[in-house]
Amino acid sequence: MSSEKEPLFSAKNLKLITTPLGAQNPITIQVLGICSALAVTVKLEPAIVLSISVMFVTVFSNLIISLLRNTIPARIRIIVQLVVVASLVIIVDQVLKAFAYEVSLQLSVFVGLIITNCIIMGRLEAFALGNKPWPAVLDGIGNGAGYGFILIVVAFFRELFGTGNLTLPGIGAIQIIPDAFYEMGYANNGFMILPPMALIVVGIIIWVQRSRDKDLIES
Amino acid sequence: MDRQGNTYTFLYASIMVIVVAAILAFLAQSLKPMQDKNAAVAKKMDILKSVQIESTAANAEAKFEKYIGKNAYVLNVKGEKIDGVAFTVDLAKEVKKDDAERAYPIYECQLDNGSTKYIIPVRGKGLWGPIWGYVSLNEDKNTVFGAIFGHKGETPGLGAEITTPIFQDPFKGKQLFDQSGAFASIEIVKKGQAGSDLHKVDGISGGTITSVGVGTMLKDCLEGYEKFLKN
Repeated sequence: MSSEKEPLFSAKNLKLITTPLGAQNPITIQVLGICSALAVTVKLEPAIVLSISVMFVTVFSNLIISLLRNTIPARIRIIVQLVVVASLVIIVDQVLKAFAYEVSLQLSVFVGLIITNCIIMGRLEAFALGNKPWPAVLDGIGNGAGYGFILIVVAFFRELFGTGNLTLPGIGAIQIIPDAFYEMGYANNGFMILPPMALIVVGIIIWVQRSRDKDLIES
Repeated sequence: MDRQGNTYTFLYASIMVIVVAAILAFLAQSLKPMQDKNAAVAKKMDILKSVQIESTAANAEAKFEKYIGKNAYVLNVKGEKIDGVAFTVDLAKEVKKDDAERAYPIYECQLDNGSTKYIIPVRGKGLWGPIWGYVSLNEDKNTVFGAIFGHKGETPGLGAEITTPIFQDPFKGKQLFDQSGAFASIEIVKKGQAGSDLHKVDGISGGTITSVGVGTMLKDCLEGYEKFLKN
């Protein structure tokens, strides 16, 4: 057995992390988890915190389900998955309330709604139930990161053009667009802060991605 | 044991639920002191904000101590001071009681310019859940100095707009008592109809139930302070 053992970061395993960032991105390709991408991307800080939270949940739910995969009765497997995901989300919610209260207020219902994030249940059903723990963890990291990456990119553009600032966790708002620009007549685009712009920014990202990788275009 | 059988499934589900419940209960208990402290700091920030003192999570406690400190007390409906700590009064429970049994907390704030403001906490119902706020009054105990509102889960962009300055700023300068000295409260009316009426404030289009909820909350909670405010 040991002779056949795969190295921890074999090409196949690394692919589990890299494909969700690009060719199998949960948001831009599979169009999952769009709802939170619209709601929490007004500022960079909540987007980063939600990304980390979702990644925590994808990694650990994948790991736990993968460890339990041979014991879970098939008839209640969805319930088991839900219980695992819901518990992890409650943990995230409680920890945020204790250590990042302001952010938890901003994220409000969206932490709870991680439970319904299609990416998580999707990965549990599609991957964790049929794979060993280590690949499952990598798959969780990959999908969490793929989701978070898009969220952060969208939030970056929305906050920068909407308010001229970027808000980072633990640092606060930093003014990026210099005052000189405003004096010359530049104005923040208030439209960027409104939900429709999140959809349009995601659309632009999808467009850019597909124009660079023609394989992604459906015939 | 048959892994697809009923016994196994039931056992599996039961054990899983017990284990998960134990983990979550332990976690919630151990994080509670920190969460309570955060909530208390946020409350202090809200109270300070109603008299237009901006604070951060780091300096809220110090500022609260400086501007309000021990000048907070609990009243009954007759306007007499009763035992109790204003800050720990649970309004959610108080608003359900009869007026006569209710405790009315009030904060007295001494601003830098020497003027005194009275801060009254209010709590009521929005569309989806509780709404609350703090109304500060000038020394005449009649004119509103500032008002801020919060909510648990009102619709973003609609009812949730009660937390924005657009809704809150018009409260400044409004009055609780009319010319004859009767309690008139502040009514929330359809957007654009308040004008310069001293007892009306514009509501939010699309957030009617939340807006009306704010009006009801103000009437219900401020009414009981009438005796105190008229003294």
